Amino acid sequence: MMNNLLDVENLWVKFPNRNGVFDAVRGVSFTLGRERLGIVGESGSGKSMTGRAILRLIRKPGIVEADHIKLDGVDLLGKTEKEMRAVRGQRISMVMQDPKFSLNPVITIGDQIIEAYRLHNSASKADAYRKSVEMLEAVSINDPERVMRAYPHEMSGGMGQRIMIAMMLIPNPEILIADEPTSALDVSVQRQVLDIMDKLVKERGMGLIFISHDLNLVADFCDRVLIMYAGRVVEVCDAKNLHEAKHPYTRGLLNSLPRLDEPSKRLEVLQRDPEWSKAPSVSGRV
Amino acid sequence: MRAPLLSRLWSILKPVLSTLASIAITLLGLLFVTFIIGRIMPIDPVLSIVGERASKETYDAVYLQMGLDKPLLMQFLYYLWDVIHLDFGTSLLTSRPVADDIARVFPATLELATIGIIFGIVLGVPLGVLAAVNKGKWIDQIARVIALVGYSMPIFWLGLIGLLIFYGILGWVGGPGRVGIFYVDVVPSVTGLILVDALLDGNWDVFKSAFSHIVLPASLLGYYSLAYISRMTRSFMLEQLSAEYVTTARVKGMSEWDVVWKHAFKNIRVQLITVIALSYAGLLEGSVLTEIIFSWPGIGSYITTALLSADMNAVMGGTVVVGLIFILLNIFSDLLYKIFDPRAK
Amino acid sequence: MSDTQTLREWLLTETPTSRRHAKISAFYQGWLTLRSNTMAMIGLGILVLMLFVAAAAPLLAPHDPFVQDLGNRLAPLGTEGHVFGTDSLGRDILSRLIYGSRITLYIVALVALIAPIAGLLVGTVSGYVGGWTDAVLMRITDIFLAFPRLILALAFVAALGAGIENAVLAISLTAWPPYARISRAETLTIRSSDYISAIQLQGAGAFRIITKHIWPLCISSLIVRVTLDMAGIILAAAGLGFLGLGAQPPSPEWGAMISEGRRFILDYWWVATVPGLAIFTVSLAFNLLGDGLRDVLDPKAGE
Repeated sequence: MMNNLLDVENLWVKFPNRNGVFDAVRGVSFTLGRERLGIVGESGSGKSMTGRAILRLIRKPGIVEADHIKLDGVDLLGKTEKEMRAVRGQRISMVMQDPKFSLNPVITIGDQIIEAYRLHNSASKADAYRKSVEMLEAVSINDPERVMRAYPHEMSGGMGQRIMIAMMLIPNPEILIADEPTSALDVSVQRQVLDIMDKLVKERGMGLIFISHDLNLVADFCDRVLIMYAGRVVEVCDAKNLHEAKHPYTRGLLNSLPRLDEPSKRLEVLQRDPEWSKAPSVSGRV
Repeated sequence: MRAPLLSRLWSILKPVLSTLASIAITLLGLLFVTFIIGRIMPIDPVLSIVGERASKETYDAVYLQMGLDKPLLMQFLYYLWDVIHLDFGTSLLTSRPVADDIARVFPATLELATIGIIFGIVLGVPLGVLAAVNKGKWIDQIARVIALVGYSMPIFWLGLIGLLIFYGILGWVGGPGRVGIFYVDVVPSVTGLILVDALLDGNWDVFKSAFSHIVLPASLLGYYSLAYISRMTRSFMLEQLSAEYVTTARVKGMSEWDVVWKHAFKNIRVQLITVIALSYAGLLEGSVLTEIIFSWPGIGSYITTALLSADMNAVMGGTVVVGLIFILLNIFSDLLYKIFDPRAK
Repeated sequence: MSDTQTLREWLLTETPTSRRHAKISAFYQGWLTLRSNTMAMIGLGILVLMLFVAAAAPLLAPHDPFVQDLGNRLAPLGTEGHVFGTDSLGRDILSRLIYGSRITLYIVALVALIAPIAGLLVGTVSGYVGGWTDAVLMRITDIFLAFPRLILALAFVAALGAGIENAVLAISLTAWPPYARISRAETLTIRSSDYISAIQLQGAGAFRIITKHIWPLCISSLIVRVTLDMAGIILAAAGLGFLGLGAQPPSPEWGAMISEGRRFILDYWWVATVPGLAIFTVSLAFNLLGDGLRDVLDPKAGE
């Protein structure tokens, strides 16, 4: 228990619409230590909503309900919006899918990083600038001084995402939520970005929630995996044992992917069972 | 080394040249349409100069002198030549060169339009932002009603009602015209803007009188631009607020106020400038009806009066100047666009 | 599918059985959205009422709108037999308002037909043909946009002579460029889509593609724009009438009525106020409805 940074119990995200209430996330529970926790699922499975609900970033009319979302034993749901702002960025941060959209197009990269730092540290501008340059170097940006002056549209996708990581890690948070951080990138730079992120997270002893639709990537990269389907966690397992997963959905996903070590003539098509979305959520708590 | 330099020079010059070319073509078209309107007017331009009782000889002499025997294209070229020299002919009504007339009436419109647009920006932009941030809440509804009423109100009628209430009944503001009759031509005209001239002269009485006269028509125009500006601001802001970088700013732990003003608002500046330039152009073009209701001696009422008395030179001159203003403001907003949006470089 | 399905269920189905079913269902859902918008329904109600009033004008009007009664001129509001009083020639203002609604509807309907169609023609041809045609047509559009609208309309009415039909022409002349811009933009996106290439490969000519495949797709964005422009058309027509360049006396056009009343505004305020309120009500109704329609037909713009 002492090692748990984050403890989520029975999390629901609901969106009222004309035909009633749509439950995007249904009773998800898990804990996060200083580890890399993967959340896998197809689009619409509620994995991104889970990430955003932790930061309480679900906008109205969406509703977040949970027994608790505890960060170091303190329930985030009990915090005021102002107290929440001290959590965001400084303690829990998030990297989003596409740097083309997640960086502000009309503000220089330098100003955006400096801003992230100064929001939580009372540093002088010069100090913040120096710190930002160091951070850019830490994410392997070659010419940080020039990048500081540049605008986001002048960057490639891979650079943009490394900048995003730098910006999100500069206040030194304890938890990083990475929401499909490499899906919008060229395959050639995906690995590089992941390695940089991994290195920084390890060095700082952070907890990482890695949200992705890519089963192989998650199996490769994470310690533990939650598999989500229709807003529920259907299976929890250690990443290294993923190929022994039991739930038919996970099995179906695995069998629909080609494997070098076990080639098959014909890949299976995933057959869905409506029962999956009705069964209660599996707990990912340790 | 020569070729890259030339091609770089060309890459800088090309957009400038193409902008200039499109301005020139638009202007030419504007002049042409004005010219055609002038020609299809059922008014004999010679008769309106020589008068009904002129002899046949005088009539023919003037006819030739005006080049009316030449083909239409030649006439148009003559007209162009004159316009390039800022010669719009002489007004029949005032018997003065049209260019002088315009220089005299334009400051009145400029003064009115500027105060109006300031009113519209100062109230409209924050209202639009507030409405977007609080979408669906009561402040959004109020903003919506304010805008819809503005879009639906006949301006000349609202002006009349305003005069009736604030001038006729309450006596809070000055009536029609730019200043009270005792203050006409009291201060020397330096800029043509009475408020400024009065300040330069240090004449507070004139200033007060001018202010009490301008406040009603200017707030009227301001209300109309407010309706438009606030609506556009709202829809621009809604678009930005749903953008991903706004979430990034929230993830950083920014306050909602900073998210809105430091991040989202910076992204709508460019679009907003275009909208403001457009509505300013609309006001500068002489809000004909407002100027008539308030007997405001601006370019709108000048053109209208000229139209109604078949003073073609004045109409054509006024229309060209007004069209020119519109084109210039468009270029100006394009320029600002290039300054404020790093992606436009 | 089952026989027990109600009409409502049939209309709201998420699995339509035919193309027409899907269309009707989409239409019904749009209507539901519109109906839940109180403001839009108020606007629609006012417009339906106005249509009725215009149609039944001879039955509803208590007096002949043209009969003068100089002995009873400028009678105040609530005078017996003249709810809204009388004007400077003793004519019943209410009756004139009722007959005036016909003129307003007439102008709006004509402009709403002429301007969008002209714009659609110019825009689609310009967008589809491209090249020089596009450049020339768009330049012309720009030139018309550069003119101050009311002054252009004024100039044309002055050139052609005052009257309702010329006012309609003049307003249409200033109103078409935005429609041309919209349809050109739509055409450009449609033109490059795959199904147009498919039709071209089947041998369809430009005329057929424009009329059968591009026009139908431009229409919904034009409809929204027209509804939102209606109020502007009414105001422009009233402005021309106010300046004496629209409908000519003794015709009971609302703008002209305000102009008449203007002379007595300080002492007999209702003569100018009442027709102004009528203009305001009708254009507000169009704006309310247009706002609601935009939310239904073009949800993104209505955001």
